[in-house]
Amino acid sequence: MAEFALPKHSKIVKGIDYPIKSEAENTKKINVYRWSPDDDQNPRIDSYTIDLDQCGPMVLDALIKIKQEIDSSLTFRRSCREGICGSCSMNIDGTNTLACLKSIDDVKGDINIYPLPHMEVIKDLVPDLSKAYEQLTSIKPWLQSKSDPEKGKSRKQSPNEREKIDGLWECVLCFSCSTSCPSYWWNGDKYLGPAVLLQAYRWIADSRDENTEKRLEDLEDSFKLYRCHTIMNCTKTCPKGLNPAKAIGEIKKLQLERK
Amino acid sequence: MSEYEIVDHEHDVVVVGAGGAGLRATLGMVSGGLKTACITKVFPTRSHTVAAQGGIGAALNNMGENDSWQFHMYDTVKGSDWLGDQDAIEYMCKEAIPSVTELENFGVPFSRTEDGEVYQRPFGGHTLDYGKKMARRACAAADRTGHAILHTLYQQCLKYQAEFFVEYIALDLLMDDNGKCVGVLALCMDDGKIHRFRGHQTVLATGGYGRVYFSCTSAHTCTGDGNAMVLRAGLPLQDMEFVQFHPTGVYGAGVLITEGSRGEGGYLTNSEGERFMERYAPTAKDLASRDVVSRSMTIEINEGRGVGPNKDHIFMHLEHIDPATLQMRLPGISETAKIFCGVDVTKEPIPVLPTVHYNMGGIPTNYNGEVVTRKGNDQDAVVSGLMAIGEAACVSVHGANRLGTNSLLDIVVFGRAAAQRALKTVEKGSAHAPLPKIVTDKILARLDKVRYSNGDVSVGEVRNLMQNAMQKHAAVFRSNTSMKEGVQKVDTISKGMDNIGIKDRSMIFNTDLVEALELENLMQQAIVTMKSADQRKESRGAHSHEDYPERDDKNWMKHTIMWLNEKNKTKLDYRDVHLNTLTNEVASIPPAARVY
Repeated sequence: MAEFALPKHSKIVKGIDYPIKSEAENTKKINVYRWSPDDDQNPRIDSYTIDLDQCGPMVLDALIKIKQEIDSSLTFRRSCREGICGSCSMNIDGTNTLACLKSIDDVKGDINIYPLPHMEVIKDLVPDLSKAYEQLTSIKPWLQSKSDPEKGKSRKQSPNEREKIDGLWECVLCFSCSTSCPSYWWNGDKYLGPAVLLQAYRWIADSRDENTEKRLEDLEDSFKLYRCHTIMNCTKTCPKGLNPAKAIGEIKKLQLERK
Repeated sequence: MSEYEIVDHEHDVVVVGAGGAGLRATLGMVSGGLKTACITKVFPTRSHTVAAQGGIGAALNNMGENDSWQFHMYDTVKGSDWLGDQDAIEYMCKEAIPSVTELENFGVPFSRTEDGEVYQRPFGGHTLDYGKKMARRACAAADRTGHAILHTLYQQCLKYQAEFFVEYIALDLLMDDNGKCVGVLALCMDDGKIHRFRGHQTVLATGGYGRVYFSCTSAHTCTGDGNAMVLRAGLPLQDMEFVQFHPTGVYGAGVLITEGSRGEGGYLTNSEGERFMERYAPTAKDLASRDVVSRSMTIEINEGRGVGPNKDHIFMHLEHIDPATLQMRLPGISETAKIFCGVDVTKEPIPVLPTVHYNMGGIPTNYNGEVVTRKGNDQDAVVSGLMAIGEAACVSVHGANRLGTNSLLDIVVFGRAAAQRALKTVEKGSAHAPLPKIVTDKILARLDKVRYSNGDVSVGEVRNLMQNAMQKHAAVFRSNTSMKEGVQKVDTISKGMDNIGIKDRSMIFNTDLVEALELENLMQQAIVTMKSADQRKESRGAHSHEDYPERDDKNWMKHTIMWLNEKNKTKLDYRDVHLNTLTNEVASIPPAARVY
């Protein structure tokens, strides 16, 4: 019989329990994934019980409260706290989302918080997104046109043409979608994933961009594009209500039309 | 002192910050062939420019109203309550037109008019014909204009393969013996190494410091790191008493509801259901300047006409607007209202409150983006090797009160100007003079002090005390008594920095350490803000002094500049306001009473 061993540090152990000190009535237990690269320890789940009457409504408020009042070493990214910067993406209650937009009340029972799945962890809830950013760069996400606009003039675009990129350009690059996709978990090195494909389609759909053919040609690849198997986790999880799966479908349709 | 591994970099230019200003500067420099490093503490598209909503001001005249940059300039000077420098304002309003057109050419997904031009909406304080009626001047991408611009600028930087150093926090400027800036020292959060960036110009594009207050629309990362670095480099900050309160922060959460919502027809009411702005600003009404609207709302609340169980906020109505228009023009704030206050904007009003939003003050610069200071009688002495742009800078185009849409404009115009200036002044690839070791060692000693701090007070506690003191004593309305108390409180609280302790000793992504460094930065700015406010004995723009309710041009039409030494002691001086224009294409706008 072959013996299988999990890679080092795969097993998550029980961590420190921080019970609430005051006599609060309205409490919630928050279980958070902790891992530091500095010691040779396995990841652990620390549990913090907090008083919800002394806390803002969102999961990010709870994390900030913990960092401010209980354990300042808890590490996570955050910035705008209003769902536009895309910093605080993480896995909350089994779903990838932005902590600042996730209401505490929406979670029944304890809140379990993990980093975005299947990404290298730098520390605690901070994933390494550098590969995803490289993939974004790889699709040349900027306006490419063969003709220059008339000097000192804007390009024209009708409201109808402009409408075609609604639901595409608003992406905040939180990568909740890509890291919810089993195909991306498996082939994340070669499959571009929904976030980056959404951006690819954003430029294909922009009437001002004149390099559609080349963009499609670059995507015509069994891994980059066709590892999407229409699982739809991306669309289900997007905290901004965007539909990357549809954008990928549109790219596939255009590829068929080219043939 | 700890041994740190130091990684050295040599560039022509070093840009600190990757918001709109930093990216626009980086883009201009890289595309012009300067070897440029852009250092940023968050991934570029997470900078706070991303949260700007309503639009960017430029007299493109797409709405067929005969708009002109001269009208825009007049509005900006008036909005600044005559504390803005008119040469810089002329430059900004004129350059607005090519700068915004360039943005469109870069690919910004602006909303469009039926003719296919960039869509423009009305905004507070923007008028036609010198105040006669409201102008449609704010170029908008729905209500996510900042997001559209920031992402586009990042994309353009990718196109030119700009060199980014992401999640690096700048520690301090490298200043040589002659007071010249020769680069910056930064900590890489990812691996804890120290990076020494040498540049012939260092450009601070580090944003505002809204987080000195308890309730603000600013992101958690808005800690004014560049401003604090300038203070520690022995240089002054300018007009720090002028802090803008945005009329419509969501009550409680503090998140922003764009002024563009009033531009699209929204209005404010008090507990009597009265559209009270008609009383305070008969012409502009709900679209008066932000300082005027915020003061009016505060008066309504103070006089008992606030809404809600505690009568402590105001309603903003959008429910009379066609839902299709809301969906097309204001999708973002519709979503924000739903998420943060459970309000369906098509059916009910949004509870709002004036909320700290923008810092008019900052690092004094000329209109080329070069940092200036006062040396004796020379009020415009350029600091060699150092530039500042965006909210960190005080050019001063906003004076005592900024108009909506002029911040996105400021970052783009002066980011572009800084690049043009650097292309003229920096010799590509020229050598860097050796730097004495002591310069770096001094900065690392400061880092060590924070890194190994083991006092019994947490960063969170001290930050809370500071934020609450500022919220109370540097508010919409200020008085001698309140500000004196504020100065004392902030002084006492700042001493608490000696007793802070951090828990995380790791050098990998140590946000405990970063927050402590940011708190130190905030604290220095809190001191300067409180003291600058306390010394200005007049009311002007965002500085409303109950004991001196009038503007006093004779004694106070001047910029405050303030230094802070290592013992947190301040030194005060002034610079003249530039009433002169840049060219003879326009005449200087003489001070007048400010009526909307």
